[in-house]
Amino acid sequence: MTTTHFAEAVIEADPSVPVIRITRDFGATPEQVMRAHLDPELFARWVGPDGMDTRILHWDVRDGGSWRYVAGRDGTDHGFRGCFHQVTDTRIVQTFTYEGMPDDVALETLWVEDLGGGATRLHAQSLVDSFASRDAWLASGMEVGVHEGYAKLDALLTARG
Amino acid sequence: MARAPLPAGSAPGASAPDRLSLVFGALADPIRRDVVTRLAAGDATVGELAEPYEVSVQAVSKHVRVLEAAGLVTKTPHAQRRWVHLEAEVLDLATGWLERYRRRAEERYRRLDAVLAEMDDEPRARRPPPGRAQGGRA
Repeated sequence: MTTTHFAEAVIEADPSVPVIRITRDFGATPEQVMRAHLDPELFARWVGPDGMDTRILHWDVRDGGSWRYVAGRDGTDHGFRGCFHQVTDTRIVQTFTYEGMPDDVALETLWVEDLGGGATRLHAQSLVDSFASRDAWLASGMEVGVHEGYAKLDALLTARG
Repeated sequence: MARAPLPAGSAPGASAPDRLSLVFGALADPIRRDVVTRLAAGDATVGELAEPYEVSVQAVSKHVRVLEAAGLVTKTPHAQRRWVHLEAEVLDLATGWLERYRRRAEERYRRLDAVLAEMDDEPRARRPPPGRAQGGRA
């Protein structure tokens, strides 16, 4: 637990491909971090967000298996589903879709790096199908939505031009 | 958790998503991030900006042009010199999006920290990991 390079989540938006990368260190073994992602009971306890109740409806961890869960708050449910493409001791490759936008599919790759001494670096990469889609992801849940964001950016850039 | 609607087809300007990607791209380079940080303290000339780096003034000038194309900085002539000025509002908009996303990820991983801490107390044999033994590499 001595490595603190990524004690807090670090995010990177790749300039050349529509990818979001997150890196984060944990004071746990790679096996524990993987199990917290693959055991449905453990996963439901942290995937969140805060105040949301996560119910796993389907969970079939194997190459070619699939998953589905619903996150609910105040009677409103949001469904998420995808396929486990490949699961190994140190890596999960899966698709991810928010059911409210069923045509939009992200390819997620997650892998763990053993830092030794009971510490693990988690790498999570999400590839979406366009830069516009990635920007929408990044802007999701913001009080200023992506449309307002673009409009504001346009205004700022043209005002100085 | 739910994403904002996609801007496809109804974005205010067709080039707008590309513009934001220009900003992200400009900020992906460590020297350019450093230049932006230093400009936050005040305007500077390209020569002044280049001083602390091992790379040439020309290379730094190129970095400044990338920042300029992304709308993050502007150049203003004053007293026979060209001053590089940080457009803080453009920076705030882009970094604000990234920071919010990052913070949500961090909140999620803090919950994972708590779950992992509880796992330490559980019998390790509760559920065997899939596939090979711990420490194996994919």
